[in-house]
Amino acid sequence: MISLWRDMNGRGQVAVALAFLVLLFAPVAATRYLLSVLTLILYFVYVGQAWNLMMGYAGQLSLGHALYVGLGGYISAALWVHFGIGPWLGVVPSVAIAAAFGAAIGWLGFRFGIEGVYFSLLTIAFAEFTRIGFDHIGFVGGAGGLFIPYEESRLGEWWNLRGSQVFFYYLAFGMAVLAVLLTALLARSRLGYQWLAIREDETAARALGIDVFRAKMKAVLISSSMTAVGGVFYAFYYNSLFPAQLFDMSRSIELILGPIVGGTGTVFGPVIGAFVLTPLGEILIAVTEKAGINAPGAKAIFFGLILMAIIYLVPTGVWPWLSQRLGFARRRS
Amino acid sequence: MSALLSVVDVGKRFRGLIAVDRVSFTVEAGEIFAVIGPNGAGKTTLFNMIAGVLAPNEGTITFRGERISGRTPDAVCRLGVARTFQIVRPFPALTVEDNVVIGALLHRTEMAAARRHARDVLATLDLFDKRDFRASALTLPDRKRLELARALATDPKLLLLDEVMAGLRPTETDRMVEILRGVNRDMGVTILLIEHVMRAVMALAGHMLVLHHGAPIAKGKPEDVVRDQKVITSYLGQESI
Amino acid sequence: MLSIWLNVVVQGILTGLLYGLMALGLSVIFGVVRLVNFAHGEFAVVAMYAAFVLFRAFGLDPLIAMLPIALAFFVVGFALQRTLINAFVGRPEHEQFILLVGVAIVLVNAVLIVFGPDAQPANLPYAFDSYMIGPLLVDKVRVYAAVAALAVCAALFGFFRFTRTGTAIRACADNLVGAAVVGLDVRKLYAITFGIGLACVGAAGSLMITIADAVPSLGPAYTLLAFTIVIIGGLGSMAGALVAGLLIGVSEALAGFLIAPSMKSMFSFALLVAVLVLRPQGLLGKKPA
Repeated sequence: MISLWRDMNGRGQVAVALAFLVLLFAPVAATRYLLSVLTLILYFVYVGQAWNLMMGYAGQLSLGHALYVGLGGYISAALWVHFGIGPWLGVVPSVAIAAAFGAAIGWLGFRFGIEGVYFSLLTIAFAEFTRIGFDHIGFVGGAGGLFIPYEESRLGEWWNLRGSQVFFYYLAFGMAVLAVLLTALLARSRLGYQWLAIREDETAARALGIDVFRAKMKAVLISSSMTAVGGVFYAFYYNSLFPAQLFDMSRSIELILGPIVGGTGTVFGPVIGAFVLTPLGEILIAVTEKAGINAPGAKAIFFGLILMAIIYLVPTGVWPWLSQRLGFARRRS
Repeated sequence: MSALLSVVDVGKRFRGLIAVDRVSFTVEAGEIFAVIGPNGAGKTTLFNMIAGVLAPNEGTITFRGERISGRTPDAVCRLGVARTFQIVRPFPALTVEDNVVIGALLHRTEMAAARRHARDVLATLDLFDKRDFRASALTLPDRKRLELARALATDPKLLLLDEVMAGLRPTETDRMVEILRGVNRDMGVTILLIEHVMRAVMALAGHMLVLHHGAPIAKGKPEDVVRDQKVITSYLGQESI
Repeated sequence: MLSIWLNVVVQGILTGLLYGLMALGLSVIFGVVRLVNFAHGEFAVVAMYAAFVLFRAFGLDPLIAMLPIALAFFVVGFALQRTLINAFVGRPEHEQFILLVGVAIVLVNAVLIVFGPDAQPANLPYAFDSYMIGPLLVDKVRVYAAVAALAVCAALFGFFRFTRTGTAIRACADNLVGAAVVGLDVRKLYAITFGIGLACVGAAGSLMITIADAVPSLGPAYTLLAFTIVIIGGLGSMAGALVAGLLIGVSEALAGFLIAPSMKSMFSFALLVAVLVLRPQGLLGKKPA
């Protein structure tokens, strides 16, 4: 963490400190709508960062991360709805089960040498398989969905994740900050360097004594566990869960757009990505409404076009380009 | 026994084709040992068996009394055998220093210690000034030295070099010879090299082994081996020294 | 009892041929251009709507509309490769992925805006006709569609086998550097290949409208289906794509019949995982060197 701070020059430090303070005091001035958008952004920072660890650092392209969001959300919600077990306790089995799924995918993929596109497809297959499975599990409501009841009397029970918009904002803020710090920490750790080596060249990494299988397994386990916590947040923030919504491939894609647009393998890429894409979506909704185009797909078309433009123009992501432009580039001793 | 590495009756077949046929030799601690032979003689196969890339069909390879044949490349490296690749494979998007830091982290958990060690190795190999360059931006001779630096950063007892002179111009070859001598003498690293460039082999090796069609045809000191009639007809006769 | 089973399997085979044709397009693109067309299923859905419109507006039978649609898709594919996609050849997979996800999002939502989210049946006049062959009762449309799909596949095999361009494209797939060295215009061949891949999916989509209703949400599902088939069959193996298409068609039909239609793709994914683990090169794929 300290090294993250030290690696930035004065301008970078000022910018990060300012952004932190603005976000910290945002609820004072922000409207409820703005706060909900910011909450969503911070949620995407969090899950994007979790995915970034696996793809940006360890180089393993998962296109099925919605699986872990869904498992985390569903398990914690089901424990709460059916047994009254609160999310602070429920997060433990949620993470454990999501990590077990991650371990299964990782083991299959890495033991049997399933790489590149094949590995990505394996992750999609698991997510889709689980989605269809949850459609048929009556205990969690099947395709009809699972709902966390809204109870007026519980509203202040923050320990059960029952709270106001401001509460969820700060929760998301805390999670996002922790995710950024964790990424910074891992990026400068022995494990982080092992991941980079594997991302760049697995054979060379192995020749330098790195146990590639173990390092990759750690990446999947950390990433899936983190993402599952995001799922718990999602469940108690939105209170309604549908397999088609949580596990769908479009969810996995949505989750990884931020880090890719912002810049994979960087600490601030997923942050910038989320802060670019989520407001962009909101602005597109507003603009298309203003322009009188009330077709449901119009916003998405613009979104798709902008996505293509970004990946065409700045393929390594907005953050590396931006930090160069604004003079935040790392100075190296 | 002071043998650091001993290869005993090692053989490898690919679909019935014999690539390496019952090869035995030992490398003493502190020496520079060369394996030479024409293309297709089985040098690379032998190299890959020592480095853990391939498992031999027969025979054993022991390193400091421990059997390493059949182990994975990373396990072999952790025991103290580092290697370079004939076609260099630096981590292209990382800086020169970070490339070497990854090697240094093998036996160091402290980041600061690893970075210090990496810089020491870079200084030894004349790469210190280029430590902030991306590896992909280096010239071939620099990349070869980076590859060497990365391997040395793992604190090996034995260094396996796969045609490290290939693609270098004569002046660059001489420089590499100097560096390898220094590594061997000052850092106390034993070197096993597989080489085509005879000039470098003659300058460096204390002992050598000549392979032909997978089988050893001569073994001993370089000055004796080059006078061996079998070696001259099968190998040296075709390629001028 | 046995005849029911037989009917299910035959229906699966007939549907599987359409799947195979669709996957063939993906396999050709992937095998030659080394590009991951994540918008493949979306293109199939666009073709379905094109055939739907041609039938509703001009009464053009999808079996005939297939030809102009495939031609149009070829042109689109050629142009797309030349302009947008060529810059992404050889780039990291996740970059290609984002580009084509962008394309997919645009396609699906364009269709959504024009036609709305509801399923659109083509209502062919002979949709409910069927042939009685002994104990078998087969839908006429499925037979027609399957025969048409087979014809397109045969044409494609012929193209790659017997024409100069086809041979040149295969050379590109085998040895890119070699192909460039002997003076083949690799970029143009890539564009032709992408065009052919899209023509396949155009034809497959047109035929698909005869047996399934057009819905925008089918896009991602078809993309996934095509990928599953290509990987099961073996990347770059044209015959593999067809065989795996049949396999998935039959497996879906059986699963739908035995368990529940909504669970049919679970079996495809299970099959995919099994193939990835046991035979990563696919059923008919070449072993990696």
